[in-house]
Amino acid sequence: MHTFLSRVNAVSAFSLSTLAALTFLCFASTFFINYTAPVTINAANIVLKNVPEYAVSREKNDLGALRFDLSSDLTPLFNWNTKQLFLYLTAEYETPNNKVNQEVHVTTHSVCVPSFNSEKWLSLSWGFQVVLWDKIIRRGDASLVSLKNQHLKYYFWDDGNGLLGHKNVSLSLSWNIIPIAGTLPTWSGTGTYKLTFPAEYTQGRTY
Amino acid sequence: LFYQVLNFAMIVSSALMIWKGLMVVTGSESPIVVVLSGSMEPAFHRGDLLFLTNYDHEPIRAGEIVVFKVEGRDIPIVHRVMKVHEKDDGSVKFLTKGDNNNVDDRGLYANGQAWLNRKDVVGRARGYVPFIGIVTIIMNDYPKFKVSFDFTRKFYLVGKQ
Repeated sequence: MHTFLSRVNAVSAFSLSTLAALTFLCFASTFFINYTAPVTINAANIVLKNVPEYAVSREKNDLGALRFDLSSDLTPLFNWNTKQLFLYLTAEYETPNNKVNQEVHVTTHSVCVPSFNSEKWLSLSWGFQVVLWDKIIRRGDASLVSLKNQHLKYYFWDDGNGLLGHKNVSLSLSWNIIPIAGTLPTWSGTGTYKLTFPAEYTQGRTY
Repeated sequence: LFYQVLNFAMIVSSALMIWKGLMVVTGSESPIVVVLSGSMEPAFHRGDLLFLTNYDHEPIRAGEIVVFKVEGRDIPIVHRVMKVHEKDDGSVKFLTKGDNNNVDDRGLYANGQAWLNRKDVVGRARGYVPFIGIVTIIMNDYPKFKVSFDFTRKFYLVGKQ
């Protein structure tokens, strides 16, 4: 251990292994944590239009709009390994798709944005999920979410005309935990809101 | 010297075995990727490492971080799923957007393509280690470093004997 290079070798090997061990500890110590929290969601001013979505095709698709309230305390989700929370408000719903030659309604069910519970995965079915709003909460930022009468951040386009008169659109808040090192789980808040869309389209500019 | 060469060859081949084994276990053609752009900041920065899985039986849901390749292009893109639509025939299509981008990824898809399919997905991000992938980026941006890095790595291995 006399030459400069062998010392550098030893020091760097040791520091790399320590870093690796710490990273692994970060990952292992937070692997089993349940990141759930209660959430209250409310929505109002629900409007439905039917206009062409030019980015996709020339057809007219349903465009929903609403204002929502959101409140949740996310402070318990921040631990030593949480770098940031990515919150997103999802609308999920089923639409009956009538195939022309069939009499049976083929319903595509919605994926309930579940947490990573294996039991919930078994009752999954498929459907439509649209993220309407998102927010990044970094470590050290205010973790109490309290929004009133908030606009949607993203357009609520349906792929077709499935939202007309739909009575069972469910709004839920979920979050993606971005760790300092480790797994990237997705968890949902307990508490959803059921939206119903009007049975007729609104013309003109209403928000 | 012979043993050192053999040792080196052992290390290289076991690394290859681990890589291929990971490909099988995770079902992804590229189970570990390096984040190449800043479009997912502040979650992921350039040089972070992501561990992916690509299990078919797990559906892709809104809010998940997926790594996909646009048809015809080789660069993997790491973004988040914004919309998921399933049709009656069982096919899924989805739309993605980078956290740090203001618009969704329709501008990145192939000409005329409005949605991504399951086959475009390389995998879902399941684990994350910051910063380690910087080495790959440096080696790509500055090829001279690759030579010197290889040299120092060999020297390090030899020195460990």
